[in-house]
Amino acid sequence: MFLAALVLVWEIFVRLSHISSLLVPSPEGVWGALAEGFTSGTIPRAVLASMGRMLIGYGLAVAIGLPLGVAIARVSAIRDTIGAAAMGLQTLPSICWLPMALLWFGLSEKAVIFVVVMGATFSITTAVDDGIRNVSPLLIKAGRTLGARGLRLQTAVVLPAALPTIVTGLKLGWSFAWRSLMAGELLYSEQGLGRVLTTGRDLQDMAQVASAIIVILALGLLINAYVFGPVERALANRYGLTGD
Amino acid sequence: MKIQISDVSRTFNGHAKGHHQVTALEGIHLGVREGEFVAIVGPSGCGKSTLLDLVAGLQAPDGGDITVNGQSTRGDAVLIFQEAALFPWLTVQGNVEFGLRTRGVPRAQRQETALQHLQTVRLVQFANAMPHQLSGGMKQRAAIARALALDPPVLLMDEPFAALDAQTRDIMHQELQRIWEETGKTILFVTHNVREAVCLADRVVLMTARPGRVKDILPVDLPRPRSVNDPDLAELASVALAHLREEIQKVEREEFDSGWCYQETSVPSSPGAGLGNIR
Repeated sequence: MFLAALVLVWEIFVRLSHISSLLVPSPEGVWGALAEGFTSGTIPRAVLASMGRMLIGYGLAVAIGLPLGVAIARVSAIRDTIGAAAMGLQTLPSICWLPMALLWFGLSEKAVIFVVVMGATFSITTAVDDGIRNVSPLLIKAGRTLGARGLRLQTAVVLPAALPTIVTGLKLGWSFAWRSLMAGELLYSEQGLGRVLTTGRDLQDMAQVASAIIVILALGLLINAYVFGPVERALANRYGLTGD
Repeated sequence: MKIQISDVSRTFNGHAKGHHQVTALEGIHLGVREGEFVAIVGPSGCGKSTLLDLVAGLQAPDGGDITVNGQSTRGDAVLIFQEAALFPWLTVQGNVEFGLRTRGVPRAQRQETALQHLQTVRLVQFANAMPHQLSGGMKQRAAIARALALDPPVLLMDEPFAALDAQTRDIMHQELQRIWEETGKTILFVTHNVREAVCLADRVVLMTARPGRVKDILPVDLPRPRSVNDPDLAELASVALAHLREEIQKVEREEFDSGWCYQETSVPSSPGAGLGNIR
């Protein structure tokens, strides 16, 4: 409803003001560009290319971030060294790594993926570390008195107790990865949604730019609604975190 | 003796720098017979919870020796807490099976044992419920079933009913007496509620304030099942409370401004109003 009203206001605004369509595209124009993008295959190809990078980059970030978080939470020597560094690096916008990545990996896929990995890893690491360290001492005590020690205590008590925080971290990591990917693709890539944005700018085709933005937005919302949303809801229901 | 506590002491370092050490427990001697129900009562900070942690093997004593079942290898005693501390990601039955899974008991046998103990605490119909769906009393019963499933020779209970409302607590007192009689477990029960201690225990151990020592041991020879509202029980509780009064005052002198004094009249005396809480 709200979305429809927004489109209507947009249409009215474009019709009444006589701003050039080079600056503000009309909903009609954007719709045309979207349809054109889908029929010509430009947008599906771009989505596939971006998602492919995303899966590799995010997969690597999870593969590095999860064990690193566990190590930081459990080994104080690692917490004081790598942990402190990870906290510091988290504040650095990941796109800052691109120049370095371009020098290391050349003008290649790897450079953009590197930026994605740097963008997502540390937020996952921090969440895992937080989640593990904030596990209620009472639950750990309960686990111990029921005979769980060592690895069994970690896998059967600490990890499940930290899971909701870890999932929040994975979600946060995804959104950081997504931003990093778009930034990386804007600056350099041969294909992908970021590339569609750059092409739109180069051709002064505002409708194409807007259509790419809509696709990027929609993808983000879809992933939240159909991947992280259900997982978070299932966890909240199981753990009784809904508050009632 | 099922539990033998000999000359046990435990000292903690103060939190802030420059704080001297706090002696939580000093020279504790206590023997608990097989199948006996012993309650420990004392003012806050007398180290009663620490004592249970020591018996459970969750902490090590600084001095002295504790044996359960004649062995100093601990882990034969399972601890039950004030908060049920159920694992929120497991069903009630999953919680009861937790200790058995840790021991590597096969699935079918685990389920059978779990259901049997859920039956003991009368929670079978909630076997598949999640902990957050249970009331406080049900959670505590699930926690008792979880402990019983391991078939420990000794149950340690650390103020298990302190967070429950008065009615639920009364029911739990009946339930615990029944479970204790059915299972024949040796129970060491910590509380700050004198009347609760007298209601449940064969012997009530009165402890002193910091450092925690055994001040007195009071046998309770009232017939079972007992109810907290029994006048004989109330009388015995007031005797125990009188024994403890000095200790309570000691804590109050430490915790209140100087010049404050304990007034008899400020203690509610109508039956049921003050359930013998000393803190």
